[in-house]
Amino acid sequence: MSLTAKPVAAAPSQARRARRPRQDWIAVAFLAPAVLILAVFLIYPLIANFRLSFVDWNGLGNTARNVGWNNWLELSRDAVFVRALGNNALLAVLSILIQLPLGLLLAVALGRASRGSAFLRIVYVVPLLMSSVAIGTVFRNLYDPNFGAINVGLRALHLDALAQDWLGDPRFALLSVIAVICWQSIPFYMLLFMAGLSSMPAELSEAATLDGASPRVVFWRITLPFLQGTIRSAAVLSLIGALRYFDLVYVMTGGGPTNASELMATYMYRTVFSGFNIGYGAAISSAMFLIVVVVAGLALRLTRRYQTEV
Amino acid sequence: MTSAPLPPPATRRPGPSRLRALPATLLKGLWLLLTALPFVFMVMLSLKSREESYSTSMWTPPRQADWSHYADVLRGPFLSYVWNSLFVVSVSVALTLLLSSLAAFALARLNFRFNGPVFGVIVAALIVPVHVTLIPIYLLTRAAHLYDTSFALIGPYVAFSLPVSIFLLTEFMRQIPRELSEAAQIDGCGPFTTYARIFLPLSRPGLVTVGIYTGINLWNEFIFAYVLTSTPSHRTLPLAIFDFQGQYSSDIPAVLAVVTLTALPLIVVYIFAQEKLVSGLMAGAIKG
Repeated sequence: MSLTAKPVAAAPSQARRARRPRQDWIAVAFLAPAVLILAVFLIYPLIANFRLSFVDWNGLGNTARNVGWNNWLELSRDAVFVRALGNNALLAVLSILIQLPLGLLLAVALGRASRGSAFLRIVYVVPLLMSSVAIGTVFRNLYDPNFGAINVGLRALHLDALAQDWLGDPRFALLSVIAVICWQSIPFYMLLFMAGLSSMPAELSEAATLDGASPRVVFWRITLPFLQGTIRSAAVLSLIGALRYFDLVYVMTGGGPTNASELMATYMYRTVFSGFNIGYGAAISSAMFLIVVVVAGLALRLTRRYQTEV
Repeated sequence: MTSAPLPPPATRRPGPSRLRALPATLLKGLWLLLTALPFVFMVMLSLKSREESYSTSMWTPPRQADWSHYADVLRGPFLSYVWNSLFVVSVSVALTLLLSSLAAFALARLNFRFNGPVFGVIVAALIVPVHVTLIPIYLLTRAAHLYDTSFALIGPYVAFSLPVSIFLLTEFMRQIPRELSEAAQIDGCGPFTTYARIFLPLSRPGLVTVGIYTGINLWNEFIFAYVLTSTPSHRTLPLAIFDFQGQYSSDIPAVLAVVTLTALPLIVVYIFAQEKLVSGLMAGAIKG
């Protein structure tokens, strides 16, 4: 099962289709409840959000005013939005460069069956079960410039120069949060790669080892090529996840200090729920939606092209 | 490794192989530390008295466990958050499983026009970021007078769980042999009986996986709960941390006691059902 699974895969053969009667109305009955919920809570809001992006409204009463493309024009010149988009891009790049390789290394390391591996896998997965609010709150305390475990530890090692105001300094805020995002997400990619590895026939690497290949060669020449489909899906997942990320940044820095860690989603949230600028917030999130769709489309297309080439 | 008396083949000498495993062992140990340490700090700090939390370093264990924060938190509205989470998550998961299994049955087995396109639209819905729908759903909830009720969350929760569950369950039901549904048809079963008597029971493993995945996600869901509810009597567990933080702003041990308590339910479940939970987490791997 992959991101690129095609819906047509299970279409019945022509002969079979001819024999079976049409069941249009029965299908409508089965699909109606799900489609109704999706229409009300997903499709309608998507369209309504685009329409809101053309008004100026503080959310109170019938004071909405149509302003045409003004919000979008303003957005295209908005330095904060550009910065947020850049931060999303940085998050995407670092997610792919950090989470995927570390997840893969951990999966391979745990793959060498030993008594400890089962236990370790259990422990590694725990961060995936925690809410972002819980993780963010714990790490805010660890990052605290005065009493936080990180700075206290650094000072104890006489590395005072390395002790920073991790979340309060615009130079480090975003990177500090990204480190926590990686901390939480790496076990997910580890599980993903472990699932991929478990479908690899053992004979493959055994034969190579018998032929005298070192584990390093086995990794580069056999394991990695075998996993390329999984790696591609992981990269696409990671990319899309980064473009629409919100939770840990909001909990840990709220996008600050002075927009240093702002993402598109946190900017939208502040604009709407602190600034009461509904129309502009709708424009930000609509733009985010368009960016996600375009990037996801490109990524899926690119990965599919590679799939056919290799 | 065998204990044969003959010298083992060159590639199996214990010395070099243990040496070769060294980077892997180091990595595993380092990651264990990185994973466990934040939890150790969390629990240690939550057990310190307020004075001790100021006067001692985060690295020093509490002189003696001070459970008073836990007692304080449990005396407050904490259990109301737990109850709301249980209610909202179980109703949402049940509705998600019902609606998505109905839809998946139609997509996997019924012969109707637009089957392909409908499935395509549902898969495409996987990439919609929740934040794009946040403002209209907020306005909709207010207009429907559901703001700050537990029911406000159920609609969005089900809607955002449906695409991935329909996708997974359709794939699952497509693997159920066609002969079974055809035999049922010959025996006079209508489509609904075929769904209820044959597909639903046979899809149990798929339903369990999807249910766990949806359940974990919704249990930890933050943004809808944050925006659509406002009082402790209607908020869910992740929000407990937020609300208590306002209340105990400077009392860090109390805040961390809340964090520990919110993390506990899922970790306890995990200890008893590791494999099931891991397979549920994996189901999300296709979530775009």
